[in-house]
Amino acid sequence: MSKIKDPFAGERLKETPFHPRQSALNLRNAWSSWNGYLFADCYYEAEYEYFCIRNQCGTYDITPMQKYEISGADAEAMLNRMVTRDISKLRKNRVTYVCWCTDEGRMIDDGTIFMLTCGSPSLAWLRKSSFGYKDVTIKDLSDTVAALSFQGPTSCEVLKKMGLSKIDTLKPFGIKHFKFKGGKLMVSRTGFTGDLGYELWIDPKLALDLWDALYAAGEDFGIQPYGETATNMARLEAGFIMPEMEFNEALKTIHFQHDQTPLELDLGWLVDFKKPHFNGRNALLREKEKGTEYMLTKLDIQGNKPAEESFLYSDKACTKQIGYVTSAMWSPVVKANIALAMIKTKHLDGDIWAEINYVKELRQLSKMAKCTVMKKPFWAPARAKATPPGPY
Amino acid sequence: MKKYDAIIIGAGHNGLTNAAYLARAGLDVLVVEKNDYIGGAAASRQLHNGFWYSNCSYVCSMMRQAIHRDLDLTKHGLVLVPYLGTVGFADNGDTLISYHSEGPEYNHLRARSPHDADAMFRFQTDLARYAQLIRKTLLRTPPDPTSFRPRDIKELIFLAREFGTLGQKEIYEYIRFFTMSAAEFLEDYFEDDLIKAAMASPGIIGTALGVYSPGSAYILLHHVMGDVDGNIGAWGLARGGMGAISKAIAGALQEAGGEIMTEAPVKQILVTNGKAVGVILENDEELHANIVVSNLDAKRTFTKVMDKKDLPPGIYDKAKNFKIRGSSGKVNIALSGLPKFTNVPDNRYINRGGQAFLGSLETMERAYDCWKRGTWSEDPFVESVIPSAWDPTVAPPGQHWMSNFIQYCPAELADGPWTPEKRDAFGQTVIDKIERYSPGFKKLILHAEIRTPHEIENEVGLTEGNIFQGELTIDQLLFNRPFPGYAQYRMPIKNMYMCGSSTHPGGGVSSACGANAAREILKDLRRKNTVPEDDCYDE
Repeated sequence: MSKIKDPFAGERLKETPFHPRQSALNLRNAWSSWNGYLFADCYYEAEYEYFCIRNQCGTYDITPMQKYEISGADAEAMLNRMVTRDISKLRKNRVTYVCWCTDEGRMIDDGTIFMLTCGSPSLAWLRKSSFGYKDVTIKDLSDTVAALSFQGPTSCEVLKKMGLSKIDTLKPFGIKHFKFKGGKLMVSRTGFTGDLGYELWIDPKLALDLWDALYAAGEDFGIQPYGETATNMARLEAGFIMPEMEFNEALKTIHFQHDQTPLELDLGWLVDFKKPHFNGRNALLREKEKGTEYMLTKLDIQGNKPAEESFLYSDKACTKQIGYVTSAMWSPVVKANIALAMIKTKHLDGDIWAEINYVKELRQLSKMAKCTVMKKPFWAPARAKATPPGPY
Repeated sequence: MKKYDAIIIGAGHNGLTNAAYLARAGLDVLVVEKNDYIGGAAASRQLHNGFWYSNCSYVCSMMRQAIHRDLDLTKHGLVLVPYLGTVGFADNGDTLISYHSEGPEYNHLRARSPHDADAMFRFQTDLARYAQLIRKTLLRTPPDPTSFRPRDIKELIFLAREFGTLGQKEIYEYIRFFTMSAAEFLEDYFEDDLIKAAMASPGIIGTALGVYSPGSAYILLHHVMGDVDGNIGAWGLARGGMGAISKAIAGALQEAGGEIMTEAPVKQILVTNGKAVGVILENDEELHANIVVSNLDAKRTFTKVMDKKDLPPGIYDKAKNFKIRGSSGKVNIALSGLPKFTNVPDNRYINRGGQAFLGSLETMERAYDCWKRGTWSEDPFVESVIPSAWDPTVAPPGQHWMSNFIQYCPAELADGPWTPEKRDAFGQTVIDKIERYSPGFKKLILHAEIRTPHEIENEVGLTEGNIFQGELTIDQLLFNRPFPGYAQYRMPIKNMYMCGSSTHPGGGVSSACGANAAREILKDLRRKNTVPEDDCYDE
């Protein structure tokens, strides 16, 4: 007799500690997967969830994000050698956004350091990067920390109502620790929406207690879980990059230079040539001197048809192709047709036209639309940076 | 004395839009407003501590996206949030819930009538077909069909070509549609009374017509042709209330160098040698300008703020007879908690949207009978929204305000003038009706603002409190709006224009009237056009 109860067990995805609550609210059964976890695309409707982020507040389960604790006397030196940004100035209880590259300067992933978090599993690369450092311990916390991103204009009010004292004094990229039901709750003022928001980190055993406390406090503030689709809308308005959209992770790139460098991704501000040697330094320095071939650019596009997967040209007649769109959408809050695009640097100052294909009741149609380069994020409300951030 | 390039009378959203586009063309503009607040009927007012009522217009879907984008209204603080989950209530307590996605919606309709569930697809398709034609005319100046000027011929050809995209059967249906009643139109689709009542109700909103009156079908279309981010028929709320729309447009106007003067009621438009030259305020201050633009309704413009002697013959009578009958009231209520409704599942997607206290087609027609007799409806049709369930900025957390639009409420009562007592009695009728569907509702009430056509006319300035600045019937639409021969925003006095909802395309907070008028003014001044094209042509 077989001892295997569920012959498909291996096919099924893991559930995060928040799953019991989230599955009850996932009315559309819209799940996909992220790092082996069952993960919601949307719960009710993407646009509705998007508006919770922009107008009220919502939670997004980031438990599947990879989390590593790097400790030991050499931990800082090792990380500083691995990432492009100078983290030696990072103070206690602060978070910083970083990226790291191969020796060739191609971007592997981006992430944040308080513990190290990132979208894709990175243990092997971390081990490789710690080579030569004696006192470094790398601990994979990915399955042992539950995390909830809590974003939106009313998020601070809800945390206040939940009893997190002085949460309104927490500055962007700051961290505060709270006692919670006999355990510890870490709150960072971080997020992926470009709006006011926090990320809550807790022992998986307390995950449902946290959920219940948050949802009880948020009842009158429009709290609602949101999924990947809404996240993707919000991050594009904020001008944030997404793996497999704006960049192909270097270690997963088959074709030569089909990956990107931080400079091409407009992340030059993350690359600090003044600090001691780091992975990819020489290659990036060469690229900086020569100028990048492509540049990730924010575009405001005529009309209201999203320029998804559009080719870009320097003229309306499409004689010269100069780039391609990586992400595009109609922005409901800004009321603009926005996109991120990889454009050949030398053509950035000239005319840019997008060839937009769209479907109208099964007919495939195409139109040309003029593009304007935008320097600033499409959406950057004052509350996202204000301390205290205000009630809404 | 200072002479402005243009003075715009009335800081409603259309007046502000008009001024913003003129200012952007480099004109020195002044908007004069009688109230101490701007916005006209698109205003947010705090009348009870912590509660911001959108005390006239309350939802938004016709606002031209192209204007929002062009004037960068988001930068000036405007965020439009779609709301969902409207419930229709029948006399017997039955509820019709509008679900936000096709599957649940179909199941719910099917439970009432499998026939109607199927017919709903055809109904929505037909409406969308009619709507997309009208939508394309919104941000355009109507052609004068009697003129042979090239631009009018060109515009007629545009209309004909759009019309020509319909099939033969659709063209016949479309022409019929304009003169039909909402009830007759729906007869062809539905059998269930509550479904019919729910679909018919937009046909009477803001209009002195009943569900069985010819012309109400078009009003229905007018209410479903808007969109929120391309979702046609969806309705949105302005974050911060409807005043956020006016405030944002005012921001764009001021950024372009325009001025706004509040508490400046206009007594008369100054006319010299057949030309408008400025305005005299109630305090007898004279303000001069090369151009005067009236954002007041057509009747008020020509019968209240102009000297009859300055008008060419005929215009005064046209204005006097302009159909702008008051038929609706508004009750804004501050509540200590979220009301619960009988037979409505209490969940975030349904119990937070709108309520339509429909009764039935019969109930709605009886309500209209009251109006004809010069009394408010004893059992009125009430359309409600609870904006605070969606907008955290308009009420204290956990508390709410409810916007209630009432059909019918006459501008003049058969038994003598409106009094505060009668106004309150009207409000009580509405509250009693809601209590029937939401037991305990009365106990939640903290404050109520009751507005009959009398209050709306006196505070906002809309003649008879008509929400559209003139009824939307075929005799007053397109090249007939406000009057035949005057649909291109120019008025019979030289250098005088109109830019309010009395002009094409009518009411509904679209900003289109103000923008269209600006385009015409700039054309006359041989200035570069600053008004954008609409973005709906490739829909």
